Amino acid sequence: MLASLPHAAPTVLAAFLASLVEFVEALTVVLAVGVTRGWRPALLGTALGLLLLLLLVALLGPALALVPLGALQLVVGTLLLLFGLRWLRKAVLRAAGIIPLHDERAAFASETAALGGAGMRRAWDILGVATAFKIVVLEGLEVVFIVIAVGAAGGLLLPASLGAVAALIAVVALGAALHRPLAQVPENALKLVVGVLLSAFGTFWAGEGIGIRWPGADWAALALVAGFAATAAFSIAACRPRPAAALERGD
Amino acid sequence: MRALAALLKELAGLFVDDGSLALAVLVWLALVALLDQLASAGWDGAVLFLGIAALLGENTRRAARRR
Repeated sequence: MLASLPHAAPTVLAAFLASLVEFVEALTVVLAVGVTRGWRPALLGTALGLLLLLLLVALLGPALALVPLGALQLVVGTLLLLFGLRWLRKAVLRAAGIIPLHDERAAFASETAALGGAGMRRAWDILGVATAFKIVVLEGLEVVFIVIAVGAAGGLLLPASLGAVAALIAVVALGAALHRPLAQVPENALKLVVGVLLSAFGTFWAGEGIGIRWPGADWAALALVAGFAATAAFSIAACRPRPAAALERGD
Repeated sequence: MRALAALLKELAGLFVDDGSLALAVLVWLALVALLDQLASAGWDGAVLFLGIAALLGENTRRAARRR
């Protein structure tokens, strides 16, 4: 039991934080649809998207049990590693000021402008339904993948699912209460943390999949988290443009 | 057909942002797997991590220099 603790808590945390980021992004677009095209298409598109995701989970979930553990760890671990490194790379470049930070207010304004200028509203607004459906399916697919990836390989599908459900409840509750994008959520910092966690899990599972016996067993996952956090910190410092003053001084 | 292609592109985009980093990581994983088959040792995990960390560090530095 004690051996599972080191990756049970990070699994729930990774699923919660990653899902939180995805749900915040989906909420921004659904809110934009609601404000510009009406709440009926926004909620219908969301419901249809959730239905499709539930169908996918119902189909894929039982199929996972049929895959041998070694193959599951290798495939899921490798995909999780690529997925985590994509987030981590972008988060490092954003933190270093190389690419602009993600801004939910700007995303909301851009989506509102695009939807508001597109045609007239009708009783059943296809554009509104399709926009809400698409964002829920795309962001939801990422959540489904994250939950499966961080949960399935370690037999922790239920705790990972609970982490994602907790994030969904938090975002829906905040969105319903505020009726505006959750710009206060420190999305860029969260993406950095999630990138570190997913890269560490991905390395751990992919390593197990190719036959590596990690020293310290499950505890090695925590060492990998620390290792990727240090790599991210070092990369941010290395990527940051040097201040002009320092360059002039020859520092 | 175009919608399917767009969906596949979106799905690939979930895992690959910079193709060279993704490819390098896959090659490194394969090399460590080969190493593990030839001579399994306690330091395989450290080698796997250090390689991935070096690839990420080099890739972000290169991206920063390009912009």
